[in-house]
Amino acid sequence: MTAALRFDPIRLPEKCEQLRKEVRAFLAEEIAAGTFDPHKPNREDTDAPEFSRRVGAKGWLGMTWPKKYGGQERSFLERYVVTEEMRVANAPTRRFFVADRQSGPVLIKYAPEHIKMDILPRICRGEICFAIGMSEPNSGSDLFAAKTRATKTDGGYLINGTKIWTSSAHIADYMIAIFRTSQPTKENRRHGLTQFLVKMKQPGIQVNPIGQITGQYEFNEVVFTDFFVPDDHVLGEVDGAWKQATSELAYERSGPERFLETYYVLTELVRAVGPNPDTRSAEGIGRLVAQLHTMRRMSVSVAGMLQAGKEPVVEASIVKDIGTVWEQQLPHRVRDLAAFVEETATNRETLERQLDFAIKTAPKLTIQGGTTEVLRGIIARGLGLR
Amino acid sequence: MAESDNIVVETAEKIFADLADPQTINNDKKDSWQAPLWHALSEAGLPLSWVPDDLGGSGASLADGFALLNAAGRFAVAVPLAETMLAGWLLAQAGISSPEGEMTVLPASPKDRITLDADGALSGRARGVPFAKAAKHFAVLAHGKDGVSIALVDASKGRIESGLNVGYDHSDTVTLDKVQPVTVKPAKGFDQTTLMLMGGVARSLQIAGALEAMLDISVRYSNERVAFEKKISKFQAVQHNLARLAGESAAALAAATSAADAIANAKSFDDEVYLEAASAKIRCAEAAEKGGAIAHQVHGAIGFTSEHILHRFSLRALAWRDDFGSESHWAVELGKLVANRGADELWPLVASR
Repeated sequence: MTAALRFDPIRLPEKCEQLRKEVRAFLAEEIAAGTFDPHKPNREDTDAPEFSRRVGAKGWLGMTWPKKYGGQERSFLERYVVTEEMRVANAPTRRFFVADRQSGPVLIKYAPEHIKMDILPRICRGEICFAIGMSEPNSGSDLFAAKTRATKTDGGYLINGTKIWTSSAHIADYMIAIFRTSQPTKENRRHGLTQFLVKMKQPGIQVNPIGQITGQYEFNEVVFTDFFVPDDHVLGEVDGAWKQATSELAYERSGPERFLETYYVLTELVRAVGPNPDTRSAEGIGRLVAQLHTMRRMSVSVAGMLQAGKEPVVEASIVKDIGTVWEQQLPHRVRDLAAFVEETATNRETLERQLDFAIKTAPKLTIQGGTTEVLRGIIARGLGLR
Repeated sequence: MAESDNIVVETAEKIFADLADPQTINNDKKDSWQAPLWHALSEAGLPLSWVPDDLGGSGASLADGFALLNAAGRFAVAVPLAETMLAGWLLAQAGISSPEGEMTVLPASPKDRITLDADGALSGRARGVPFAKAAKHFAVLAHGKDGVSIALVDASKGRIESGLNVGYDHSDTVTLDKVQPVTVKPAKGFDQTTLMLMGGVARSLQIAGALEAMLDISVRYSNERVAFEKKISKFQAVQHNLARLAGESAAALAAATSAADAIANAKSFDDEVYLEAASAKIRCAEAAEKGGAIAHQVHGAIGFTSEHILHRFSLRALAWRDDFGSESHWAVELGKLVANRGADELWPLVASR
């Protein structure tokens, strides 16, 4: 057999269920206190600094990290439970999500000790927000075409250029970005990019908002003009960022956030059809639930592999491919099924408002964090086709 | 691919490789491979994997038996292995010993019903019964006035209208008209839905296995076939199709092995197991359609010929969708269950797995 895809039936350990109860109780309290409305994913301001601190105080940020950095040394499967419960509740996770999922682990692997000691505990306390600086005006999926330069100077680097589509840059305290430190070589076009830690909110960095079709404000253009980054903010090997990027993608791509982004419309549809659905609604809901359950089982399986120290890059790409296509189609399938819902359904207005937003959100889901085309390229490589 | 890490699967894979090589049996127009294959499987005790030692079987675990069915799917085995395993398992639920030889189960559809009358005779019609014509015995789930009973029936006592499914395997209509069973025993706490879920998971594992094989032969073919002066595997359109096939294969495998694991560790067939088993059948059936179409697309005309082995997998995977409740049936039932539990109970159900 050519391919070696494995999706073993990993189960969340018993201790996760106690944690799940705690997370649900916490979220219920937050909802009751008016921090957020789980039925309103389309709020304009998704930044919630106080909520972020309270999540940190619970010990649910950086929960897999070493204790000396403020972490809890808990498992990826426990983190998985926290992530999925937050997502399903539509909790405002924007401020801490990127730092917790991606930036923290990168720092743990590549940052000097004094920086880890400074920054990681603050992530764990929910105090700081991270952004990721990858795309540029002429470099999106083709990451290695990045042109923003980091020029060596005394004690550090001077940054000049522009990052774009940078989510949360307007609220972020830090960014982890890739900049060009050398030209690519003939043998290796991926050579010459270096990963940096950038302290935001300083002169030399200008953040310009970009409007989105949902009406929300999430992403930005970030312009660097002779912005100084000290030597100890280089993360990993100079010119060798390409070696560092790939294995972390499995974390970024296989989580529950990759199929639950529009989940709320399914819940609302079930509410609208009531306890005795007609055959059409029942079949539609049954299929969607079967597909959802399957994706979650695949996603948990990848989490289990990560916990076991494996690098399931292809499996993770499959989860994101199938998951994002599903969450993209979900609002449209729900709209189909809702077409004959009784006018008198009490939540009809909520469902329509949610569909309006989910349909506008849908196009981005197969683009952000690795497009469908890029993912299928990775899967094809894994199959031995490239 | 699931590597064989248990002795049952290792034994089966060796037998399949020796006696059920897809190309060899596809060339054999007289089906003369069937008898030696069945003999070898029987010698190894595989058809009665799920029957305890004291009831005449080999007493393998549910988990090992499920893994065996997945392997059988990878070879698209066209002998009543899954059917005999299910029949033996069903009989064991009522403590009935399994006889030697091929068996199948009645009914094989949630819509059909066999009744047990006061004289202990069985009546009713079961459609789409896989391999009924090849079976020496039927394991029958019957409804009587005291509830569900399980019976062992001599196959020659039933009237069989022969038919073929989409995959050219026997799928027959069996009519029982006041047939006296060899043995009949009450099966307290057992019901037809449980049998259908179990059969559905067996079929899901077979479909997942067939998809793994389709992915494998499609990838291999794309790396051999040259068009427009290069291997077709180098065309991005072909690569992306195969990536989607890998996704469908992976989804089927994940859904089926998860459901098998759920049943193997379940104390009862509760809502959680229902979600797992119904979802597996629904998702695997969808994958059979989508994945099979891609496998054929990659192969072009050659895959449409009877000489090529692809149809052994693609058509069987499609045919297996129909057994023990189609995906439409299970989707309606799962949808009703979800609606009945209520909107706010959906996520807790999904998250419980």
